[in-house]
Amino acid sequence: MTAALLEVEDLHAYYGQSHVLHGLNLRIMPGEIVSLLGRNGAGKTTTLKSIMGVLRSRTGRVTFDGQDILRLPSNRIAARGLAWVPEERAILNSLSVRENVELPPARPGGWSAERVYDTFPVLRERGQHPGGKLSGGEQQMLAIVRVLRSGPKLLLLDEPSEGLAPVIVQRIGDMIERLSGEGLTVLLVEQNLKFAARLADRHYVFVDGQIVDEVRREEVEARRDDLVRYLSV
Amino acid sequence: MPAPVNAQFLLIQVFNGLVNGAFYALLSLGLAVIFGMLRIVNFMHGALYMLGAFVAFALGQMFGLGFWPSLLLAPLMVAAVGMILERTLLSRLYSLEPSYNLLLTFGLTLLTQDLVKQVMLSKYAVSSAPYTTPSELTGVVNLGFVVFPKYRLFVIGVALLACLITWFIIEKTRVGAIIRASTENPVVTRSLGIDVSKWVTGVFGVGVGLAGLAGVLAAPIYSVEPYMGAELIITTFAVVVIGGMGSILGSIVTGFAVGVLAAVGAAVYPPMANTLVFVLMAVVLLVRPAGLFGLPDGAR
Repeated sequence: MTAALLEVEDLHAYYGQSHVLHGLNLRIMPGEIVSLLGRNGAGKTTTLKSIMGVLRSRTGRVTFDGQDILRLPSNRIAARGLAWVPEERAILNSLSVRENVELPPARPGGWSAERVYDTFPVLRERGQHPGGKLSGGEQQMLAIVRVLRSGPKLLLLDEPSEGLAPVIVQRIGDMIERLSGEGLTVLLVEQNLKFAARLADRHYVFVDGQIVDEVRREEVEARRDDLVRYLSV
Repeated sequence: MPAPVNAQFLLIQVFNGLVNGAFYALLSLGLAVIFGMLRIVNFMHGALYMLGAFVAFALGQMFGLGFWPSLLLAPLMVAAVGMILERTLLSRLYSLEPSYNLLLTFGLTLLTQDLVKQVMLSKYAVSSAPYTTPSELTGVVNLGFVVFPKYRLFVIGVALLACLITWFIIEKTRVGAIIRASTENPVVTRSLGIDVSKWVTGVFGVGVGLAGLAGVLAAPIYSVEPYMGAELIITTFAVVVIGGMGSILGSIVTGFAVGVLAAVGAAVYPPMANTLVFVLMAVVLLVRPAGLFGLPDGAR
């Protein structure tokens, strides 16, 4: 049995007085795409923030690549190969598109700026524009490729399909598949079941800060009604 | 009825205004840079300006160092003091309400002033000391249309240069991109692998270093005394309100512009000399509360 790339044990997280995550356990194997499914407010985003060290008030164990990262600041967690693409406000508007692309420290194994621009020529064409002037889809693309500059092993994606046109969602899906094909491991937060079902090898289902179910890719068809029920308001 | 003002006199006032503006610009630029990144109003800024002047004076007394080495060393030493204070004291209060940092930096102001006062009295037996203008910069320059002290022109030039270099670094370089990113969204910036805390310390050092530079430049004009920053910083806060927080270029332009406006206004109508800046501040607050170059809260 190979070791998990990410292992979360008994994770509790808090926003001030409110207890948001209640003893979470999850494992992600190298090369997997795993989704966290659940309604708004179920704790999916909080889980990503807790893993990334962006949310600090939390207890439990988060082991990444064999090392406990719970106490590390997020910049050092990033340096170990974790990358977080938040749901919103990820693109910095006081920076040009080019500065956004080149902001993360380049590390061995990461994408060169050239590769970013060759893959997404629009980012080269609009390099001098403020980051916020890109369209929603372009911003999402930029947010994803930007973190690749540091050559992460695990990508934490928070609702990459949210608010985007179907054709753009399709392109983002293609991109995640391609990155996965190159060996990147992905933890995806989604409410869009169709999008998540296309990509993920496994789904964890969230209700009220706890994982209540786990569904493998091959079980999704048979259990579609359950999943729809978990996600419906 | 005020006496008629001739053009020659007005022009001299413009230059005098630029000298005052040079100090406003250096100080308000430092405040703006610090506020952007740390979200605190550095109440200690005037005291660190004074410390710059005092360090130049002390370096001269203790080691016989003249103006030129002090012009470089004093701002660096003030920056070092600032960075130590940021690391050991200010950084502990970021998670609390802004008023705590206001109280802390105000307390540090009183402490710095009294410390300098004690040293000046006990070591040099003076409460205020003149600082010699470097011999290269004594005398006047004839600009054709106006004759003006060489040293004051030098002050305008150095301040302008320091402001433009700071602006260039922040707006046009990779270091600046990191500073702008940390200012706009420290959480995302840190998650991209950038040690934001380290940059916060550095930016605080640069901000107070600019105040230290202003202090050294001021020493030959105003002489060195423990409270020299107290009055200036009040006017500078008014300048910051007029210009609006958050704009680098805005704080530079407003600094010089307010200096000139206040000096010319004072020449035209002397009774207004001390209040003009504050009247201007009140008008700006009424018409455009975010300041001339500031963005409304939601737009940042």
